Amino acid sequence: MPDTAPILHLENARYRWPGRASFELHVPALSLARSETVLLLGESGSGKSTLLSLICGTITAQSGHVRIGDTDVASLSAGQRDSFRAEQIGLIFQQFNLLPFATVQDNILLPLQFAPNRRKRAQARQAEAVRLCRALGLPDDVMGVRAGTLSVGQQQRVAAARALIGTPPLIIADEPTSSLDAATQSTFLDLLFAQSRANDTSVLMVSHDARLADQFDRVIHMNHIATSVRSAA
Amino acid sequence: MILRLAFGSLIARALTVGMTILAIALSVALFLGVEKVRTGAKASFADTISGTDLIVGARSGSVQLLLYSVFRIGNATNNLTWESYQDVANRPEVDWIVPISLGDSHRQFRVMGTTPEFFERYKYRSGRSLALQDGVVMDDLFDAVIGADVAATLGYSIGDPIVVAHGLASFSEHEDQPFRISGILEKTGTPVDRTVIVSLEAIEAIHVDWQNGAQKPGQSTPADVLRQMDLEPQAITAALVGVKSRLQVFALQRSINEYSQEPLLAILPGVALQELWQIVGIAETALIGVSAMVVVTALIGMMATIFSSLNERRREMAIFRAMGARPRVILALLVLEAVLMAAIGAVLGLGLLYAGLMVGQPLIDSAFGLWLPIEPPTMREGWVLLAVIAASAIVSMIPALRAYRMSLADGMMVRI
Repeated sequence: MPDTAPILHLENARYRWPGRASFELHVPALSLARSETVLLLGESGSGKSTLLSLICGTITAQSGHVRIGDTDVASLSAGQRDSFRAEQIGLIFQQFNLLPFATVQDNILLPLQFAPNRRKRAQARQAEAVRLCRALGLPDDVMGVRAGTLSVGQQQRVAAARALIGTPPLIIADEPTSSLDAATQSTFLDLLFAQSRANDTSVLMVSHDARLADQFDRVIHMNHIATSVRSAA
Repeated sequence: MILRLAFGSLIARALTVGMTILAIALSVALFLGVEKVRTGAKASFADTISGTDLIVGARSGSVQLLLYSVFRIGNATNNLTWESYQDVANRPEVDWIVPISLGDSHRQFRVMGTTPEFFERYKYRSGRSLALQDGVVMDDLFDAVIGADVAATLGYSIGDPIVVAHGLASFSEHEDQPFRISGILEKTGTPVDRTVIVSLEAIEAIHVDWQNGAQKPGQSTPADVLRQMDLEPQAITAALVGVKSRLQVFALQRSINEYSQEPLLAILPGVALQELWQIVGIAETALIGVSAMVVVTALIGMMATIFSSLNERRREMAIFRAMGARPRVILALLVLEAVLMAAIGAVLGLGLLYAGLMVGQPLIDSAFGLWLPIEPPTMREGWVLLAVIAASAIVSMIPALRAYRMSLADGMMVRI
């Protein structure tokens, strides 16, 4: 049953960066249920970025499994992983999320360019982009504005709209609120979750800031789910 | 949308991109301009003489005959006797014939003796006739008509006296028989501009008192006496011939070349011009080579610009990757950018060329007598523009491949 199966499931995933100062990450088990919002807390250097790269498929585990939905990411070719990422995952970064020279609308619609199924789900794309912007509290006239001219807070909302469009089953957010002040952080998450819950989208957010914990369904610590080994080769 | 984003990215870097496009545009304009000048020069060259079917002279080489009779370069090795001239003139195929007699000079310009018919028969630039900008065709024995360059260089106007020197670069002058300028010709862009034209009889008249290249001591016939004399020349340098029917040209040429009383040579001006152009034309290849190098330089400049932009654009590429773009999309994006720049540059270059032509056409025509026609772009020019765009795509592959490798390594996690 797709509804009960986890959207994200890592099992004994192991990744070792190539190179002399080698760093190895081992994730024995990590699961996200559908429409669940999870905060993953971890210090810098704890392997968060490596974990996100594994989930997004820009790198693949040398052993173990990384599943998104029913698909083992490692079983796909590099090109297929790119398409798969476009279809399945909405991404929000810490900052500099947007193409500054492009309009807000083009930024929001960009992932649909590489994901035909998401494009179909979004139907009337531009209307959907407008709806999301409105739902995320952006002014109506923002669509034609160049993204680089917006404030950081507005840019993060545009990035959220871009992650939400075409309702991907999973949203990965990498410290999306770290450049926002406390009040804006909380509003941002409220608006994001309102949309993600409406679409049954799961959210995995990585942060070092435990104050946000209340707003999530579940909080996990990097230290509890993963071991990282830094060995001076 | 990808195209729009590529455009947006270019506009965001307007200054460097603009400079690159400008460099490409200038190089393309230069290349096409050189092409225009080259074809214009070739056409002008071929248009030096038209309407003349045959040029007849003493036997030498066809290029040599063309050079001294039309371009006033070098000297005739031999003359053509008046009897032979009459024989040719009396042939039934001949519609008209104009004798020319060369050998004297005024300052650095050649003096040519001919008949008034020369002004009707000499045609250039596909059938244009000579026209006077001032004065009239020579009327008196000692009247001279000068070309536009002669008038401009020496600052002559109607009525000025001029003294003809015997031979070329000579110190002995026909001082006793000065000429009067009766007319100044319009600029033609042909060697006529650099010629002093007098009547055939005048050439005879100034040599009446001369023998073996020197004036007989103490002897100087007064002008009034000369005017009464029968001044039929003994010999002329060459003759321009028009035939009644073009079909007869080759037959006439052959019979002149086989003329038994005197070794003569008849040439088709067009053919001889072609032969001459093959000699002159080597320079055109060098010119094309140099301007092609300028285009290559501009393209390499573009490659350098793309290279230097790669680092600052890692974030942009990472965003594309995160949104699911494959590395080859990054590659395609950079190549697309280069093609856009080159295409804009090429079109702009074409625009610059036409703007330059509009402004420069009359100036170039009056200064150099080079007529550059303003025509829609030719197929050849189209191919040149396409080649520039294609070359830009190839050149941009080098930075694009680097971006491809960078985006593979960076993935979507770039921290700057």
